[in-house]
Amino acid sequence: MALNILVAVKRVPAPGAKIVLTEDAQRIDTKHLGFTVSPHEECAVEEAVQLTGQHGGESTVLTLGPEVAEEQLRTAISMGINHGVLVATDDEEWDAIATAAALTDAITTLEAERGAFDLILFGNESADAGNYQVGVRVAHALDRPVVSGIKDIEVTGDGVTMKRAVDDGFEVMQLPLPAVAAVKEGINLPRYPAMRGRLIAKKAQIRHITPEQRQGGLSRVRLRHPQQDQTETQILGTGAEAAPAVARIFEEVGLL
Amino acid sequence: MTTVLTYVERDGDTLAKPSRETLTFARSLAEAHGWGLDAALVGDPTEGSLADLRAQGVATVHALVHDHLDDDAAPAAVAEALVQLHTQLGPGVLVGPGTDHGAEVMAHVGARTDLPLAANCTTAAPADGGGWDLTRVRWGGVLLEDAHLEADVALLTAAPHQTAAQSAGAPGAAELSTFKPELDDALHVTRVKERATRGGGISLATAPVVISGGRGVGSAEGFGILEELAELLGGAVGCSRVATNNGWRSHNDQVGQTGTRVAPDLYVACGISGATQHWVGCMSSKKILAINTDAEAPMVTRADYAVLGDLHELLPALVEEVKARRGVG
Ligand SMILES: Cc1cc2nc3c(=O)[nH]c(=O)nc-3n(C[C@H](O)[C@H](O)[C@H](O)COP(=O)(O)OP(=O)(O)OC[C@H]3O[C@@H](n4cnc5c(N)ncnc54)[C@H](O)[C@@H]3O)c2cc1C
Repeated sequence: MALNILVAVKRVPAPGAKIVLTEDAQRIDTKHLGFTVSPHEECAVEEAVQLTGQHGGESTVLTLGPEVAEEQLRTAISMGINHGVLVATDDEEWDAIATAAALTDAITTLEAERGAFDLILFGNESADAGNYQVGVRVAHALDRPVVSGIKDIEVTGDGVTMKRAVDDGFEVMQLPLPAVAAVKEGINLPRYPAMRGRLIAKKAQIRHITPEQRQGGLSRVRLRHPQQDQTETQILGTGAEAAPAVARIFEEVGLL
Repeated sequence: MTTVLTYVERDGDTLAKPSRETLTFARSLAEAHGWGLDAALVGDPTEGSLADLRAQGVATVHALVHDHLDDDAAPAAVAEALVQLHTQLGPGVLVGPGTDHGAEVMAHVGARTDLPLAANCTTAAPADGGGWDLTRVRWGGVLLEDAHLEADVALLTAAPHQTAAQSAGAPGAAELSTFKPELDDALHVTRVKERATRGGGISLATAPVVISGGRGVGSAEGFGILEELAELLGGAVGCSRVATNNGWRSHNDQVGQTGTRVAPDLYVACGISGATQHWVGCMSSKKILAINTDAEAPMVTRADYAVLGDLHELLPALVEEVKARRGVG
């Protein structure tokens, strides 16, 4: 069965060893930062490409974000996704209810034009906001079954088998299609886009949808850094000669 | 009276640690305002979990009982049961643990009630002008966000590892009450059909010591010596995302924001720089030892102990040293 798959992604900054906040404490200072697709969602993109490669069909990537989030849509297209759709907002972050409502509207519009998506993939949680709920809200609004924490997807006939990673192994669920899943990093190893893919992505038409903003109810007051205990690092040595000192630490914490 | 209803999970015979943390979080909210503290869990509680619930000061324990509410229950079904119970108890707070399962269940509660849900909170209190003031973690714990939740009912999850589980000053009655929800058949579509256990080995999340490797390890084979040390010490091997992305280790071993959060007695970071997204996965460790050639690496400056050198030189010597001590001891 040829599959019609939608993947929802979010553009997030990629901070390194330290996060700097803007003066008004409303956001991360991104002057010196690059942006990326949240890691779980990058894997969702890879999964969509692999599934349509296996079963035939086509895939669409959808994001809610500022105009510049086209960059992340093009990254997904360079990996093998067929279509890109931007639900364009101002540069403010929308909360989970507002995001889910706008994504649901966009999906309804797209499905009216091109038919229902068999599978809609989300990341388990976005790297920055970590709300853990947008996929579930969208699935509920569309009245489709949804599972989170997914690390394996196999489409079989008119159904799909999904595995959820738990501490000591996997839980296996069997869903009818159409279905929704929130996936986690580890479900696959995302490819590095090839030159051909990047050329296609550069020329790809991005569809724009203008959303209505619903008031969600969760609003930011300020961001801040958690209090960090200042630890004085005790240097135990510079090479093999430090082994006895390290072994003494093992003893101190009760490992030896 | 307003009730703070807390969804809790069992771990074998007792309450899971994140659920005890969540109860402590919920109790501080309840105590500050003279509210009641109730708990809800799937199926009949065991003696051990009842003891934990009493210790946490819980007044009433609501056992959610239904043919399809068991260990394999669909999160949507658990959520619907919680919504029905919560509606019966009257407006207040509904809080769950910020674990994968807790987050999934509470997301369904949010979707079914169409109410806002604040994930991974560290504090919450009613706001002066109505609604709720709260603090939640972002970026997996690198940042805090002070936020306002505009709703009569507060739906929250409590951030794991942020509130230490503490017993109440006075134990609660933990009086058992059975709640039988009405659940539509469609809710059970996402039930767990089957389980596959990984089996064997010490789990990364609960190991007393984690020997973790990053780019500095250099190859899949390079992890052999980390394996050997971990086995000698009764620990598990972890890794950074660079090691996963290079195909050196399985993602199951990845520590960090998009991997596993660990909190061992000792975390040994070999050739890992300490990017924020890795740090949040290991920062709850009791002690951290960094082995790194770069004295300026954030992992080194934040660690309790460091060896400023090549891990390929230190680790073989360390394995010999541990073996020798084992031989003598
Ligand atoms: C949204 C998001 C989520 C992420 N989630 C995670 C996550 O869950 N987990 C994670 O780990 N990363 C995560 N990352 C990636 C993270 O930002 C870093 O890129 C990654 O942790 C770096 O891995 P590393 O420390 O092994 O490599 P590097 O940063 O390259 O550091 C290598 C270190 O090894 C040292 N070294 C080199 N050779 C030796 C030697 N012979 N002996 C001793 N030391 C040596 C170097 O001095 C250096 O400090 C995430 C990134 C993003 C944007």
